[in-house]
Amino acid sequence: MNGTLMNWTLALPEIALSLSGMAILLFGVLRKEERGFLASMLAIGALLLAGVLMTATGAGHAYDGQFVVDPFSVALKLLILAGAILGVALSVDYNRAEGIGRFEFPVLIVMATVGMMVMVSAANLMTLYLGLELQSLSIYVLAAFARDNLRSAEAGLKYFVLGALASGLLLYGMTLVYGFTGTMDFVGIATGLADPAQASAGLIVGVVFILAGLAFKVSAVPFHMWTPDVYEGAPTPVTAFLSTAPKVAAMGLLLRLMVGPFGHLLAQWQGLVVLISIASMLLGALGAIGQRNIKRLMAYSSIGHMGYALIGLAAGTVTGVRGVLVYLAVYIFMSAGAFAVILAMRRGGRAVEGIADLAGLGRSDPALAMLMSVFMFSMAGIPPLSGFFGKLYVFLAAVQSGMWTLAIIGVLTSVVGAFYYVRIIKVMYFDAGETGFAARPATLSIVAAGSGLVTLLFALFAAPVIAVAEAAARALLG
Amino acid sequence: MIATLAFYVFAAVLLGSAALVVSARNPVHSVLFLILAFFNAAGLFLLAGAEFLAMILVIVYVGAVAVLFLFVVMMLDIDFARLREGIQRYAPVGATVGVILLVELASVFGGWQLLPQSAALRGAVAPAAVSNTAALGDLLYTHNVLLFQIAGLVLLVAMIGAIVLTLRERKASRRQSAARQVAQRVEDTLVLVKVGLGAAVTEAEFQRKLPEPAVAAAEPHGGGHGHGGTHAAEVR
Repeated sequence: MNGTLMNWTLALPEIALSLSGMAILLFGVLRKEERGFLASMLAIGALLLAGVLMTATGAGHAYDGQFVVDPFSVALKLLILAGAILGVALSVDYNRAEGIGRFEFPVLIVMATVGMMVMVSAANLMTLYLGLELQSLSIYVLAAFARDNLRSAEAGLKYFVLGALASGLLLYGMTLVYGFTGTMDFVGIATGLADPAQASAGLIVGVVFILAGLAFKVSAVPFHMWTPDVYEGAPTPVTAFLSTAPKVAAMGLLLRLMVGPFGHLLAQWQGLVVLISIASMLLGALGAIGQRNIKRLMAYSSIGHMGYALIGLAAGTVTGVRGVLVYLAVYIFMSAGAFAVILAMRRGGRAVEGIADLAGLGRSDPALAMLMSVFMFSMAGIPPLSGFFGKLYVFLAAVQSGMWTLAIIGVLTSVVGAFYYVRIIKVMYFDAGETGFAARPATLSIVAAGSGLVTLLFALFAAPVIAVAEAAARALLG
Repeated sequence: MIATLAFYVFAAVLLGSAALVVSARNPVHSVLFLILAFFNAAGLFLLAGAEFLAMILVIVYVGAVAVLFLFVVMMLDIDFARLREGIQRYAPVGATVGVILLVELASVFGGWQLLPQSAALRGAVAPAAVSNTAALGDLLYTHNVLLFQIAGLVLLVAMIGAIVLTLRERKASRRQSAARQVAQRVEDTLVLVKVGLGAAVTEAEFQRKLPEPAVAAAEPHGGGHGHGGTHAAEVR
């Protein structure tokens, strides 16, 4: 029994997290009354514990080379855990108010998080697939969690059917890659493809199928159809969760797969990623303009943001990967903060989702309007907010790789995108509107204020974040 | 010699019972023949040296799947006579399709050529000196233990999901409460009435007082013990 086989402690955070998830499940089943809040707090504790354990584990391959821990996976896992903690925190009060405050909610988020952590640590196609399914299956259920709400059930079903289709594409691609390389190990595939000239057409088809399956998970055009409907129909905390951690995981997986085992085929897949990236940026910018529902607007916004992040992947260099990581780190806080504000939009005991409902917020709740302005300006990419740095580093990577078209289209679509972000600010401050929203719960204020600070003051601690991203990118490409 | 004989016996019974699965008039007999077919297939696996597959076939297919079939067949009211209607009419078409498929298969397998070095290319599937159960166990629980556990988590999530999305706590559902059953005393359910010689017992005398409304609603929860007590017993 060799060393890499029994190196099981490398997966300690995942093991601890899944055991705590089961413990919370048991606790929820045995305890009869008022379980949602306590289960959520326990889930946050479990996620924090996993984060602490992460710093204690070493690096290397484990489980027969199927699992890898390196600076890249650690950086992404910390982001995923942050996204999951924000997701659980945002869900507590909303779920109670909507009567879906059941203890399974945090359990499913914990299980999805385990799946995402496995995804970014995958060093084998099978590990990749199982992690992805664990994550997706949990989120399908979460999307339909408000089961008596027709739109939520529809969102869950739609996401499930299209997700199953994407899984099918992914699996088909994997079988082709396995058939043509003879191994499922990322290291083995990379060695087998060391000479790109020998890559057969069948293998390229397999890579394209895998890319299509994963593009679905990051909701990149042309596999984005599900995004607006699922974002709108799913309970808002689920939408908030959906737009943070799973995006990080899927993007991390895409990075690891494309620059790792398929790194030598850069010339073959680069054009495809450029195309997906451009299409996503364009659709994200143009599709959002006509939206009246703020959750749908966020869906198009997320499609656009994934387009920008894909610029870094298209570059395929250390700078590019670093840019994607910085982008993801910046994005989850902007997104979580914006959703905290959306969750605070309650009037007369009901959640309202129209952009017009924000009218007059600048006078009725100046703090909330201020925070929303910060998030919107940041998403538009206005300096010195964090969103600017995210865009800066991916554009930098594109320019360094000589992909001027990509950078120019990126800048142009940012300008178009700025229109609808700034429109929200205009509605909040200059439109006459109804009286303010109902008093917001403390959790939302904390998440919004915390994310707002991170977004506002990112310039102050940008250097260490970029250093971590750089180290992670070097670990992946080195 | 014995192995060859056993093979032909198992194969013949397998084919015969498989034919009977399709043609038996009584659906319950069909399922029973299916079980017989499973056992014979397991025997064939044993002869081929795949004892683990043989065990799985018996345990999973006979033990779980076939029993499930039996339940379904017995519980659903399917008119099998109507399903079989027109078998003569469709038989020629079915036979034609079957023959075409057979010819295609024969042409494929007839022209099948193995690469000379294919035997060497094959990964060491069955390691020597290890039974195949041990080899499978080694593969599943040592080399792929991570995948095995994640697959388990996926199934757990599927189960949680099914319960979350479909289970509804019905107020009227009657559950068994073991604690309440055990705590039940004789006096709660049984009233002993002394009946004088030659005297009659009026209804009011042996009917125990109706419990409080809240308890009355919960009364059926008591299960078996409770039911006996609702009719007061008369002694002597």
